[in-house]
Amino acid sequence: MTARGVSAARPLSPFGWLGAPMLLSALATVVFATPIRIFSLPLPEPVFPLALAFAWAVIRPSILPPFALLALGLFLDVCWDGPQGLWPLCLLAAYATVLAARRLITGQDFRIMWAWYGAVTAAAFAAGFVLMTMDAGAAPNLLAVAWQYLATLALFPLVHRLIERYEDADVRFR
Amino acid sequence: MSLRDGPFGDIRVPLTWSAAAALVIAIIIAGALLLGDRRETMKTEAYDTARHAVDAVAAPVGGTLSAPVRWTHSGLDAVRGYFFAVSENRKLKAELAAAQTWRDRMEALQVENDRYRALLGVRTDPPLPHVFARTVLDARGPFANTRLADVGSAQGVVEGNPVLSERGVVGRIVGVSQDVSRIMLLTDVESRTPILVVRTNGRAILSGDGGPGPKLDYIRGAPLKEGDRVMTSGDGGVYPRGLPVGTVVKGFDGGWRVALDSDASPIDDVQILLFKDFSQLVDARALAPKELPTAMTEEPSQSIVGRAPAATTATSAGAAPPSSTTGAAAAQAQRTGAHGPVPAKPRAAGAADSRMAGAEHAAKPSKPAEHPAAASSHPLAAPGKPAGAHHAADGPAKPTGAHGAAGPGKSAEGRAAANADRPAGAHVTANPAKPAGAHAAAKPAKPAKPAETHATAGPAKPRDPGLAAAMALMADDGPAPARPARRAAAAHEAKSAKPKEGAPVVHRARPAGPDAAP
Repeated sequence: MTARGVSAARPLSPFGWLGAPMLLSALATVVFATPIRIFSLPLPEPVFPLALAFAWAVIRPSILPPFALLALGLFLDVCWDGPQGLWPLCLLAAYATVLAARRLITGQDFRIMWAWYGAVTAAAFAAGFVLMTMDAGAAPNLLAVAWQYLATLALFPLVHRLIERYEDADVRFR
Repeated sequence: MSLRDGPFGDIRVPLTWSAAAALVIAIIIAGALLLGDRRETMKTEAYDTARHAVDAVAAPVGGTLSAPVRWTHSGLDAVRGYFFAVSENRKLKAELAAAQTWRDRMEALQVENDRYRALLGVRTDPPLPHVFARTVLDARGPFANTRLADVGSAQGVVEGNPVLSERGVVGRIVGVSQDVSRIMLLTDVESRTPILVVRTNGRAILSGDGGPGPKLDYIRGAPLKEGDRVMTSGDGGVYPRGLPVGTVVKGFDGGWRVALDSDASPIDDVQILLFKDFSQLVDARALAPKELPTAMTEEPSQSIVGRAPAATTATSAGAAPPSSTTGAAAAQAQRTGAHGPVPAKPRAAGAADSRMAGAEHAAKPSKPAEHPAAASSHPLAAPGKPAGAHHAADGPAKPTGAHGAAGPGKSAEGRAAANADRPAGAHVTANPAKPAGAHAAAKPAKPAKPAETHATAGPAKPRDPGLAAAMALMADDGPAPARPARRAAAAHEAKSAKPKEGAPVVHRARPAGPDAAP
């Protein structure tokens, strides 16, 4: 049995698969919000918590992730000064989608998983587009939505790493 | 101790269902928060405690993170400046030569503009105070385009203040903490800005959509062309008029959009105008006057049918067209010796239009030179500026109305009422704080008395003879029929002030004009 197998046999630590990624994604959001220009180009602005919404639902169903996503979404709203409740709904929409299709997603190939991640992220952005249109009375720019979507899509390697690390921790959910 | 080791460790909960239940609860909470969002109210309390707290924490973090990059850029700029100093010097010299031509042209246009403003009686906006800030956090997503600036209410920033970069408008303040404030950019999906098109004077609403070029909605006026310049129109009062915004371009979707001037350079350093917009007035009722000022108008029969009889009312005494009363005042003024032996200066007969009177005054730069004391002692005179031009051209405090604003047909009371809200110093006759006899003449409650009586009974005196001379000079400039009374009063003031020996002697330049006693 490998060292990884030994660690996988232990019960999941809430801080390990929920708390630490939460803090890291909040920190990454602040870092990427810094007004830095590199070669006259601003930094991309991916939605880090969307990666967690996908990964947490794949790793295992739990009571805690919806509330963690609620907190992260509110943090995004406050940090970016969006309408209060917009990003929590988007993140929870993504989590709900993955939770409903979890049996189809788990154990799939890297590329298939990425495709699933792309679809779920698109659903979350679609929810945000609709909600923002209803709230502001005007449709956001689709190109701007597409840029942020692509930046978020590029996070999948991190998502895959998180899933790989914790997916086998509790074999009851295979 | 984990949950499984505790007394609830044996409880088997269907986790998928419990996760779904938790999900539903979280969605309900999020939905309620979205429905309860009140950001659009632009109220201070809508910017809640959580936002204040996050802003206060995130601002120093963003500032610290961006500092190394800023330092790196500064270092690279310094190295680049050292190695490219010669070529840059050559380039700057060429730019300076071009800029000097533009400066001369700008100065000529400024003078011309001032004259037109004086002619039209335009109230110019006072200069706006501002604070400089550095943006330390930046949200660039499609659903929010905002920035955090490192100044807040401690520096006087309030919600609604416009924010500019070195090139043009960036946005406006939507949330303020003690040392941090939130800027909503023009590109934000909730941003709406009234603008005007410079070429056509047309109006439109600049609507952000989260993309780089906000679109133009509700376009009114002549058709737009690519390259039209756009600036804030000031409609609605959120932005002052005339701030540069950008250039009209054709969008991918076929609609008109604006390439923002502020995009031409980084907006790390911004300027926040401390401009309080009209929508922030807390209590609009406070603006309404509690009691309307009394205003006495002349009888139409006096101005249309014929001249007023002498000394019938305070109105006729103070402001009626040439009457025996005003004639007596003029005669009194002559008796006081105020009309010195200075060569008479021809004047446009009557200067019937008050605006033209102002223009005439502004166009006489040599006149103040004849009255050095007046030019130097006027309380509002700008240094190095001819007093006459100062009167005519300087902003809201001194409209052309200062020189007989009401015209020949308007009574002194009318002028006094009309100018009651103007700042002091602009009006000699209408300002209630001024001591000249015309003040007494402007009071409607006073019984009718000969003008010279009023003139000699001024309740207060100017603090220095120069001010009295300035008042006398200003009384000279008005074409209004009431001037002889004012002139007599001012002349008396100038005489009674007893200038010290060596002080410049002020001569009255104008003899009895067409408005003198018949």
